[in-house]
Amino acid sequence: MNTLLVPVIGGVLIGLSSLAMLALLGRITGISGIFAGVITAESGTWRWAFMVGLIGGPVLYHLLTSASAPLPSEAGWPLTVIAGLLVGFGTRYAGGCTSGHGVCGIGRLSQRSMAATATFMGAGMVTVYITRHLLGAG
Amino acid sequence: MITKTVIPLLCGLLFGAGLSISGMTDTRVVLGFLDISGAWDPSLMLVMVGALAITVPGFWLAQKRTQPILTSEFHLPASCKIESKPLLGSAIFGIGWGLYGYCPGPALASLTTLNWQPILFVAAMAAGVYLEKWVQMLKQQEPNRLPDKQGSTP
Repeated sequence: MNTLLVPVIGGVLIGLSSLAMLALLGRITGISGIFAGVITAESGTWRWAFMVGLIGGPVLYHLLTSASAPLPSEAGWPLTVIAGLLVGFGTRYAGGCTSGHGVCGIGRLSQRSMAATATFMGAGMVTVYITRHLLGAG
Repeated sequence: MITKTVIPLLCGLLFGAGLSISGMTDTRVVLGFLDISGAWDPSLMLVMVGALAITVPGFWLAQKRTQPILTSEFHLPASCKIESKPLLGSAIFGIGWGLYGYCPGPALASLTTLNWQPILFVAAMAAGVYLEKWVQMLKQQEPNRLPDKQGSTP
């Protein structure tokens, strides 16, 4: 299939999932918030149910299409730990991640989320520029 | 029962499948998008376009109702204003994202590959969540500072 169309279709599914959560249940689909709610044992069965689906969804997809899952990053364990810590801390401090701010917040036309999305994309681009082109890694 | 388990479960499945189909569970694809001075990969932007094509008009329509279709109220973030806290948090998140190529969704959606990378990443992410809770707690205990009442968690 067209390599440009496939990501759009994936995005449409993510959008439909987020829309169903809001229209049917009144919930914002922010993965970092849902994850934090689950691991800190906040009340809300819906978070657990969504998390089970999110983790199981790729299995279903790979079973149905026989497409293989992508290979994991080649980074070593120290970078895995550092990046995970920054992502966990940063998304909670920001009150959202790519889904909560990027897909849902911009979906609500929230200026706060637009600014947050521009910031994490900008910070990501600067980081990749420094690590790949200035330091020459990856 | 349906609103607490079946629907969120189905939405999670759809979301996870969407992430897989779109290639977002591949850290190379995500870093390729963030690498604007290299061989730029537009995939992530196309995913955002597809998702926003649904959420922008869909959310507008959904919020014309006074309540969701199956539950009694909307749970929405309190503030839509630009403030320094979400920007600082996003900058920290963006650095971690750019170092590795996982944001929370794809990391979680990669757990069932049973590779150590997503498992360790998610464990570190959980530690980061607790660290943030601890920092917020310290901030609130500081007497000469107003407690942070932004409280938005999309």
